[in-house]
Amino acid sequence: MFSSALIDSAGHAASASNAIADTARVLTAASSAASTNDVSNGSWIIDHVADSHVLEFQPFGEIHLPQFPPVHIGGLVVDLSLTKHIVMIWFAMLLLLIFVRAAMRSYRKNELVPRGFANAVEVIVLFVRDDIVVGAIGEEGKKLLPYFLTLFFFVLFCNLVGLIPYTSTPTGNINVTAALAIIAFFVIQASGIVNHGLVGYFKGLVPPNIPLFVIPVMIIVELLGLFTKPFALCVRLFANMSAGHIVIFSLIGLIFIFHSIFIAPISIAFAVFISLLEILIGFIQAYIFTMLTALFVGLAIHQH
Amino acid sequence: MPDLGLTHLAAGIGAGLAVIGGGYGIGKLAASAMEASGRQPDALGDIRTSMIIAAALIEGVTLFAEVITIILALK
Repeated sequence: MFSSALIDSAGHAASASNAIADTARVLTAASSAASTNDVSNGSWIIDHVADSHVLEFQPFGEIHLPQFPPVHIGGLVVDLSLTKHIVMIWFAMLLLLIFVRAAMRSYRKNELVPRGFANAVEVIVLFVRDDIVVGAIGEEGKKLLPYFLTLFFFVLFCNLVGLIPYTSTPTGNINVTAALAIIAFFVIQASGIVNHGLVGYFKGLVPPNIPLFVIPVMIIVELLGLFTKPFALCVRLFANMSAGHIVIFSLIGLIFIFHSIFIAPISIAFAVFISLLEILIGFIQAYIFTMLTALFVGLAIHQH
Repeated sequence: MPDLGLTHLAAGIGAGLAVIGGGYGIGKLAASAMEASGRQPDALGDIRTSMIIAAALIEGVTLFAEVITIILALK
């Protein structure tokens, strides 16, 4: 993420220092590239990570997704047109379906010993159950296990699907992560309310045995905390997933900024490294999203 | 465009400062976690879990700052 800002500032610094003697030949190359192709204003980065109505398969052409007229629900105008990220979510779901069905088939054949795919899926399912859900919530968390498993696998596949060529990361769109965070918000509040009752839950938000004059402050802080937790979940996943892709894209873009083939080996080596790092980050972010949701559910269930 | 140049300068400096803060925080956290797991190898799993959670919280704040800087840079 910061490297894109660095490229931008480098380009502008170079064009500003053109009047001064040209000490750095590289920087002038960057500024001339900026003036001819206008690649240094950052819009190409946003074009790459933003949602669009076109699926690009360069150099083979592109697919224009079907558009629908906006639907009016009350005063709201809702545009239900297909976009790139929606198609990618469907692609991730399809992959997930194939993956899990393949695992299920192994259980149907021989009931006790998992083989092949089933082994991999079983390891992850057991990890989510024992380390994340039971670890953060306790035994009563097993009732919520289907939600957490769905969340983990959906986020994981959405993160990883962007690493396949010609695809993009659906979790790099803030609307997707916001939807996940809103679902997490309702799960957290509902599990608290079911366990403590509506009044008991909101009363229990403020810790007991604190001085009377602190209580108004605590009420505001705790009420804000209810909303900042899912908001942080949403921004964390979005920023992590789009940051990695911006870094890869910027590293490749360096070749075109410098107009030199000698930059290519360095750029590509770094881009491969960041791509490998992205696989790791995809797993870690899926784990962190699930873990933090489970932790917040655990906090709502066991107040104090 | 002096204004745009200053905005980009601010975005670059801000991104760097946020990374310094986040890097320092996660570095301290990882150092303590390594030390703790060296002292008590049995508690490795628990230490790693709480380390990742704390790292995610630190990283979250850093990423807020980075999102602000990227909005600045792209304005």
